[in-house]
Amino acid sequence: MHAAADIPRIAPLAVTALTATTALGAGLAAQRDALRQRRSGLRRIDFGRAALECWIGRVDGLEQAPLPRALAAWESRNHRLAWQALHQDGFAGAAAAAVARHGAGRVAVVMGTSTSSIGQTELAYAQREGERFPAAQAALRVHSPHALGDFVREATGAQGPCMTVATACSSSAKVFAHAARLLQAGLADAAIVGGVDTLCGSVLYGFNALQLVSAAPCRPFDAARDGLSLGEAGGYALLEREAAAPRALAWLCGYGESSDAHHMSAPHPEGLGARLAMQDALARAGLAPAQVGYLNLHGTATPANDGVEARAVAALFPDGLHAGSTKGWTGHTLGAAGIVESAIAVLALRTGELPGTLNSRVPDPACGPQVRFDDARRQVDYAMNNAFGFGGNNCTLVFGRA
Amino acid sequence: MSMGAPAAAIEGIGLWAPGLPSWEAFVAHRRGEPVAGGAPARPAPALLPANERRRAPDTVLVALQAAQDACSAAGRDPAQLPSVFASRYGDLAITDHLCRTLAQAPEEVSPTRFHNSVHNAAAGYWTIGTGAHQPATALSAGPASFAMGLVEALAQLAAGAPAVLLVGYDGPSAGPLREVVPSEGLLGVALVLAACGEHDRLRLRLQPDPAAAAAAPPEDVAAGNAMAPALALLAAIAEGAPRTALPAGAGALVLQLEGSHG
Repeated sequence: MHAAADIPRIAPLAVTALTATTALGAGLAAQRDALRQRRSGLRRIDFGRAALECWIGRVDGLEQAPLPRALAAWESRNHRLAWQALHQDGFAGAAAAAVARHGAGRVAVVMGTSTSSIGQTELAYAQREGERFPAAQAALRVHSPHALGDFVREATGAQGPCMTVATACSSSAKVFAHAARLLQAGLADAAIVGGVDTLCGSVLYGFNALQLVSAAPCRPFDAARDGLSLGEAGGYALLEREAAAPRALAWLCGYGESSDAHHMSAPHPEGLGARLAMQDALARAGLAPAQVGYLNLHGTATPANDGVEARAVAALFPDGLHAGSTKGWTGHTLGAAGIVESAIAVLALRTGELPGTLNSRVPDPACGPQVRFDDARRQVDYAMNNAFGFGGNNCTLVFGRA
Repeated sequence: MSMGAPAAAIEGIGLWAPGLPSWEAFVAHRRGEPVAGGAPARPAPALLPANERRRAPDTVLVALQAAQDACSAAGRDPAQLPSVFASRYGDLAITDHLCRTLAQAPEEVSPTRFHNSVHNAAAGYWTIGTGAHQPATALSAGPASFAMGLVEALAQLAAGAPAVLLVGYDGPSAGPLREVVPSEGLLGVALVLAACGEHDRLRLRLQPDPAAAAAAPPEDVAAGNAMAPALALLAAIAEGAPRTALPAGAGALVLQLEGSHG
């Protein structure tokens, strides 16, 4: 097992642009408003022909928003959401400015997703003629995991290292760690990072087959929680070195990654991987646990995840930490959870509005005083975000106030 | 930012390709020496218990076999190594099966196949099989998948990791996917990379070059596999060539090789 003592501090990176689009709406203001009003984006399933009893966090309007003609070869629900999210909060302009400032070859693209455009591949299978896709489906550049990274490269004009990280539900938290290393190694001067995942048959039926989906809106950390609600989302952050300080919205101060080494779809019973990820993130940021004011928990509302995560948090942090899960607002957006919840962590740093947990009433006995259902308002200097995925793949990020 | 080009010592190599079930067999084949017949049709990595080996997807088996061989060649404990798993397509047989089931009888989706469908399935099985709590990542980058895996591995060394395991693998395409995402057979390659020291036998240095062209991989090993571009590097090492280049999206990733794998 690795020890946090071996982890060197990193130079903080400036987050110079940021955006998220979820079932709560497009852009950061929509996230902030819904969080403040405790208004959930979940609704009874009305997606595709899925005959399932569950609630989903669906992004409105994607069906009526085709990609521009020049990008028509990339048509998929996932790329429509990627495109819509890219154009909120001035992100596309900030990305273009970074490409102009650093040179296209020095701007990396690191995107996270769990299922990329598999929804479009599912459609091609449903329409297949014998053992062939219809020509219009076969011609699309969507039938592979890297479709997302490739699409964002095309849409932004960045030409530095370009990759799609796909570690299930930790994907778009890990993109920050990948990008931080690329900048530290001198392989890029700026990085466009983010994540996009959309509702599709694979995840709706797959999570149902695993019996991890609730028939009601999810209730993170509630003693009576009985599963997650699936959602879809997209978001981006632009990372640059310290010289970009005047434009910084927040700082990426640390990241921590670990493996449970336990089970493909169940967390380590003692939360070992979760604890290692949080400890390493603190060590890279050079922070003591008491300096973190807000923690956006992974908090999926599955019986297994929340108990383990609550115990790991109680073992590591003092009582004063305000920790909550925002999955009751957005649903579990899978490979996009990392970027969405990083955006919520940065909003907390910038507004002092700390979201609690939606839909939940009676805390699980595993919850320490850190896990909050009610919102709070106070200035915090550092905010943390947990993202844990299948395969026991864990990532924690720490952001600092600019 | 001015820094030296990232570099690493290559401590161990693993390879599994149809008919060439080891790095040693690949080297012999490149030298035109006879290769023993009777190579297994399916890799059987010893670190997985027999029942897991039967259940695990073929892409996981080939990735784990190469990874395990690279670690033993390097004399490194797999549990102590962070890992980078690069695959262009993941397991296309599972993608085909899932999409087919969804089109016909979606409520029959298998929970095991679903959790095996994640792109980090090989990384997950590896960390579980070796007991590694070290970070593991899984990425895809089209034809540049292995090159981007190499970039990430060297970036991890630059960020302070003493050594990193890099694995590249892909498997055969299936059903209607064969036309749109072609890939043939099984291929797994793995490198244990370490921070440069004084006594490195073999070193690799990265030089991204937007004007360079990628080297052609050998045509007679794992032909048509989506991870075959990685074999250009392994062939260069086997032959003692001073440089090679991998496809890297914009241009190529030029790799300078110093020393020998002797």
